[in-house]
Amino acid sequence: MSTNAVRPRRRRIGLRERMRAMPRWGQILLLVALALFCYLLPLLNPPFISPPGTDFSGVLFTVAVYALIALGLNIVVGYAGLLDLGYVGFYAIGAYTVGILTSEHATWTWLASLPAAIIITMVSGVLLGWPTLRVRGDYLAIVTLGFGEIVRLNLINQEWLGGAPGISGIARPPSIPLFELPHLDWSTGVPLVDLDNTSTFLVFGVLDITPYYWLALTFVILIMLADRRVKNSRVGRAWEATREDEDAAELMGVPTFRFKLLAFALGAFVGGIAGALFAGRQGFINPETFTLLLSILFISAVVVGGQGNRWGVLLGAIVVAYLPERFRGFEQWRVLVFGIALVVLATYRPQGLLPPRRTVRAQKMEEAIEALETSDAAVAGDGADASDGTDAGVAPREEKGEDRG
Amino acid sequence: MQLQYVLDNFTSLFIGGLVFGSLYALVALGYTMVYGVLQLINFAHSEVFMFGTFATVWALYLIGADAETTGLALVGSLAFAMVVAMITSGGVALLLERVAYRPLLKRGAPRLVALISAIGASFVLAEIMGLRGPIMAALGLDDEFDRYVARSRENVGMPVDRTPTVQFEILGHGVTNRDIIIVASAVVMMVLVDQFVRRTRIGRGIRAVAQDPETSSLMGVNSTRVIQVTFLIGGLLAGAAATLYMLQVGITRYNAGFLLGVKAFTAAVLGGIGNLRGALFGGLVLGVAENLGAGLFGSEWREVVAFAVLVLVLLFRPTGLLGESLGKARA
Repeated sequence: MSTNAVRPRRRRIGLRERMRAMPRWGQILLLVALALFCYLLPLLNPPFISPPGTDFSGVLFTVAVYALIALGLNIVVGYAGLLDLGYVGFYAIGAYTVGILTSEHATWTWLASLPAAIIITMVSGVLLGWPTLRVRGDYLAIVTLGFGEIVRLNLINQEWLGGAPGISGIARPPSIPLFELPHLDWSTGVPLVDLDNTSTFLVFGVLDITPYYWLALTFVILIMLADRRVKNSRVGRAWEATREDEDAAELMGVPTFRFKLLAFALGAFVGGIAGALFAGRQGFINPETFTLLLSILFISAVVVGGQGNRWGVLLGAIVVAYLPERFRGFEQWRVLVFGIALVVLATYRPQGLLPPRRTVRAQKMEEAIEALETSDAAVAGDGADASDGTDAGVAPREEKGEDRG
Repeated sequence: MQLQYVLDNFTSLFIGGLVFGSLYALVALGYTMVYGVLQLINFAHSEVFMFGTFATVWALYLIGADAETTGLALVGSLAFAMVVAMITSGGVALLLERVAYRPLLKRGAPRLVALISAIGASFVLAEIMGLRGPIMAALGLDDEFDRYVARSRENVGMPVDRTPTVQFEILGHGVTNRDIIIVASAVVMMVLVDQFVRRTRIGRGIRAVAQDPETSSLMGVNSTRVIQVTFLIGGLLAGAAATLYMLQVGITRYNAGFLLGVKAFTAAVLGGIGNLRGALFGGLVLGVAENLGAGLFGSEWREVVAFAVLVLVLLFRPTGLLGESLGKARA
């Protein structure tokens, strides 16, 4: 096909560069402030952002679960380059493990069933990966798609898994009632502290979804921190080498099969947590929740945001989970609009909304080379531009900074 | 496990499987050709098929065919419906190529992005069909087209009588005229496409692009045109498959393409994606295997059997039963 005919694009000095220019304590402070803001979001209940007619906390919870899933799937698709269309299978296994252990066949607590859910999804990730990871590319996509469907059909047809009606009465996370926090009321145009509408800190009940959102957000932050460690380690490098060229990586001594399996297991791990959170908040689950369409939405979140960049996939998850909720008023048109948005985004932003640094750098380098090849006049300008990002001497420092951007 | 049941009804399960298998095979050709040329999964192909099913029904409405239509009139209206369905699906496939793929290819986007674009296009196409009531109401045309737009999200059935008649028996199983029509037309079309790709000038272009797009464009192959023709052929076959499907199943919905699309893609992979004969072989194998599996384990396990067969085959033959070969001379 055509060799990368990407249109040269001027990049402004982005947020990323500005972040990196800040001192380290400033960066940390900024991130902590951002996290705090995220925690307070359901209490602030800002107009425009909070969708009319639905519970803002519920929407935020969905967004957080999608973010978790996007982070997990990003390990598989973004880092290791394995196209997994059956990710919903792990989500379902996580949710069903919690459901079965807390209500259907045992009476564990939610907290006790969480590690079980994680272990079982990881094992199923390895069980799926062991035979299928020999298969490459699109064959892998269709095999994993088959896996997702097999999981769903088993949930429907196995009586001991609750069958088509699913499982109800699933245990909720343990409550620790500490203090009450009021929400803001914006109905008059100015923020008023609404003392009638409060969220008790860490009571996981039926009515108030805010604590579930806090819990999910905590997991998102933890997974992001862990993800950062893994990505910058030898393992992360091995994944990226495998993604770029499997044969070359194998020849250079990377046991690609083992690393791909690890990516699958870790991806499943995160998917399991997301499933457990979902089951704990929902209280009931049935097979119809875990359709192939959901897998496709997860993949869309990763690709739309920018596969391989954890902030990017976070943004993708927000786009995929939040926008349809925000525009619920257009209920019947929203899937259509979502589809159009996917096509348009794919056309105009093929690297995703926030492409990973390395992709940007590679792109810059290619543009520079192209400029060198086409005209002498361009050499001076573009060559100098590109050297900011591609100078070999600067590279190691940049690697460290990569993830704050 | 109902082994005895399967043994008793082996012939009818086998023939039923062949009938569905030929439908899978026809749709699978669309996937396999696009994959062979562009190396991408055309996720929206199932919607191309779905448009064909609606075109079939509407064409029958248009010429006023109903349950009373019999004999030659019925054959004629079905033939007309098939032509309309093929034109519709072919047109949708061309449009799809123009809107969802060509801009991406021009920019050299990564393959996964083309997949996302395809998924988006698939949503759009399905929703346009599902929203035709509201869309027409917004245009103020819902009265004129009431017949075509009412009940946008519900099942739409064939207006004609589809009851087949038994023609002859094989080992105690009555083979109906419907079975014969479906399998025969599917096989004839597959052979035609196979010969088209093997013998014509454009066919040679398709093979060349599948083999090596850059070199073939240096050799004077117009790859844009080749890709268009590929989509068009896929669309035409999906349209034909849609009419045959309506003959067999009788009802469609705005999201009817999804499951059949997944199965057809499975068939394409099973036979070796990018391989035309593989698509036929994979389709028939999948149809028969899932029908026998449904007989053995109960019909609720039909899809599980289909995917299990796929996984097993890929484990032992990672490129499908016949291997990838649109580019090779024997394609």
